[in-house]
Formats: sequence, structure tokens, C-alpha cells
Amino acid sequence: MLKNRIIPCLDVKNGRVVKGINFVELKDAGDPVEQAKIYSNGGADEICFLDITASNENRDTIIDIVRKTAKECFVPLTVGGGVRTIQNITDLLLAGADKVSINTAAVKNVEFVKEASKKFGSQCIVVAIDAKKVSENKWEVFTHGGRNKTGIDAVEFAKQIEFNGAGEILLTSMDKDGTKSGYDVDLLKEITRSTNIPVIASGGVGTLDHLYDGIVKGGASAVLAASIFHYGEYKIKEAKEYLNSKNVSVRL
Amino acid sequence: MNVTIVDYQSGNISSVINSFTEVAKGKVNLEVTSDIKKINASDKIVLPGQGSFKSCVDSLNNINGLVDTLKEFAITKKKPLLGICVGLQMFADIGYEEAETKGLGWISGKVSKIDNQNGKFKLPHIGWNEIEIQKESKLFKDIKNKSHMYFVHSYEFIPDDKSVISATTDYSSKIVCSIEKENLFGTQFHPEKSDKTGLNIIKNFLDL
Repeated sequence: MLKNRIIPCLDVKNGRVVKGINFVELKDAGDPVEQAKIYSNGGADEICFLDITASNENRDTIIDIVRKTAKECFVPLTVGGGVRTIQNITDLLLAGADKVSINTAAVKNVEFVKEASKKFGSQCIVVAIDAKKVSENKWEVFTHGGRNKTGIDAVEFAKQIEFNGAGEILLTSMDKDGTKSGYDVDLLKEITRSTNIPVIASGGVGTLDHLYDGIVKGGASAVLAASIFHYGEYKIKEAKEYLNSKNVSVRL
Repeated sequence: MNVTIVDYQSGNISSVINSFTEVAKGKVNLEVTSDIKKINASDKIVLPGQGSFKSCVDSLNNINGLVDTLKEFAITKKKPLLGICVGLQMFADIGYEEAETKGLGWISGKVSKIDNQNGKFKLPHIGWNEIEIQKESKLFKDIKNKSHMYFVHSYEFIPDDKSVISATTDYSSKIVCSIEKENLFGTQFHPEKSDKTGLNIIKNFLDL
């Protein structure tokens, strides 16, 4: 039976982890490679890096981090943030990323998803959708961390990127992100019902029950979380044991 | 020992290189190349594969003499070869991804899309799934039945001769996820992404 995945996400800025875990065993709490290793050894099913580096000059730092991480972590590695061109994808994959997550570039030009999945295969193309609720059962795609409204319906967009060859959807609720009040389960339900590719739930996790809700109520194939793991509130293993105790199948 | 990972300019093979490098450390001489002379001189070959069946077959054919060299290595000389993901799928006679495409024809059978039972099962089949070992295989030395492996695929290899199947996994039906036929080995899952268990499988191949 296919297991539900738990994916810790690390925000990386100028080569350093932002809001990183502070475990005693860490030599350097800001080092993304060290943190990825801890997650991987702790049973993470995948690792996700989100590059939030603002300036272009420092963007190569993520390549270097991916290269180092890929030599030490042997679970899938997804990298997102600033993936705009075929060359960006080539660079990340050559450095050792297994998947890339495309956000703004996919919204700007949905053909880019087609081009990327044709060139590299659907298996490594994740499209990240940032959605915000605009009315009852209606969500809109936003870009730039939820600042820019696009007028695009999130459900329609999800169907479109599936059609264009995306292998997975990384769905973040901009209403819930950072609130620790749980995923937007209605949004998840709507997107998982409307598409036939796996959906990774993101945005809003504060408790282990939220992970359960994302999978069982929202229909997500994987759950992504940042802060509950970073701050050491829960270890990946605890999350998995909890889900397992509630009959959600996970890789233990 | 010389082991060659065939780099035929198709898909992302960084993870395969990283994991084999990790396991091979100091014991095995690892080459990543499509150079026919080097392939001929190797003791073992790893044939990775990502992207579609058609694009992988096309890329193999694009390199002059490569298919014949691989065939001589694997079929005539019967030296150990491990196909990973589409690398395994290409052993088949025919594949149906993108367009009907002739495979290498080393193990008779076909590669067709996983039946998603009208959307009940999401495709691609992405994530960790348990393998059910069907027969003793050298690749599974010290690997427990029901171990988790990492999968990413939408197509499955259906061999005519079921006795080549060494493991299956359950996703919509019993999907063939590993085969062993004499010197030919293949995994549908990605040992290079399957954590310590995956590295163990790589070690078993290198130890052959």
C-alpha cells in the first residue's frame, strides 16, 4: 500500500536556514545540509528546500547547498523558489535535486509547465499553487507570497497544470500559512477531487491532528510542514507514530 | 571492479551517481559515461532512466552503437546489468508511453499505463510503497519483505514470463517492481532514493 508522505520544508535565504531547528546535536543550526540530514535520518519521506533568497546574485548558493545535501541524503529532494527557466531546472537537477517546484513562472505562462515536463519528465515537475479564498468555495491563485492577485481560479488552474504534465501539486493556503490553525481542508478537498495527480498539503500546520486532517479529510497524498518540525515541537517520528495510531498508513 | 553508469543524456541521473558513489567508496571504480569502449570494458552496468519510455529509447538510439554494445554486454556476454525505472522498462519488447515504441526486447513483455481504476488511484504512483518479494533474488540479500521503496512512475512493466518477477508492489493491482533473470536485474522503484534500504540494494548489486 502506498504510504502517505511527511515532508519537512526548510526555508533557505542566502544559503542559510531561516527559522531553523535548534537541536543540541546540530553543529550549525543555520546549515541547510545539516538540517536536511537530521530530517532524513529522522524518517522524513522527502526533503523540501524553499529558496527565499531575494537577490539574484545570491541565487547560486542554493545550487551549492543542493549539491552538498544530495551527496548525503538519499531520500527525494525537492527544491522550489525562483525556478523560472529551463536552465534553472537543469542547474538544480544536475546539482542533485530530484524535483523542482515551479510557482510564479507557471502562473505567468502555463506552457512553461508543459515545456518543463516534456523535457525532464512529469516525475520531477511539481507546481506550487498559492491559493486564497475569495468567496464561499472559491479560491484564487496568488503569487509573490500571497501579495499579488492573479484573477485565476485555483481549481481551474490545478486542472490546467495537470493537463500540461505536472507530476504533483504543492498546494498552499495563503489564508492559513503561518497561522498554525490547520490546513484549509475545503480547498484541499476541492483540488484533490478535481485532479488525478498527487497533492501535497501545505500551510497552517500547528498540531499533529492537522496532518491527519490534511490526509484523511482533505485527501492529500503528502503533508508538508515547516515550523512544527523546525522548532522541535514534534519530531518526524512522533508525527508518523501518531498518524499510524490513527490508522493512517505511513512509512515507519 | 569497474562499474559503469550509462549516461545517455536522458533525464536526471545525479541521484543515481551520488548513491552509487556513496556505496562504491574506495571499493569500486565508478564511471559515468556513454563511451562504448568503456562500457565494453566494465564488469557491471547500471542503466538508469527517467522521463518517458519513448524519450529514453530515442536517446539510447541516438548514441551510435550503444544499443548493440549493451546487448552484447547483457545478452551475449551475460554480464550483470541493473536497469532502474525506465531503465528496467526498456528491457521489454514494446512500450506505449507517448507513442508505441520498440524496446530493447531483452525480456519479452510490454510496458503499459497503470490502470488507475477511473481516477481511484492517482498517477503518477509517487511515494513509498512496500515491496512483496516473490522469489529469492541476489538484490534482496538482507532486505526484509515489505520493505519500503520510493516509486515515481505511471507505467508498469508486464513481462510474459512471470518467473522473472522478483518483487511486486500493491498499487491498483500487483505491479511488477523488481525482476531478476540470470544476469539481468531491474527495479521499478528508485534504490538511489530509498534511504538505507535502497543503498543496501545498490550494495548487493555491487557485491555480485
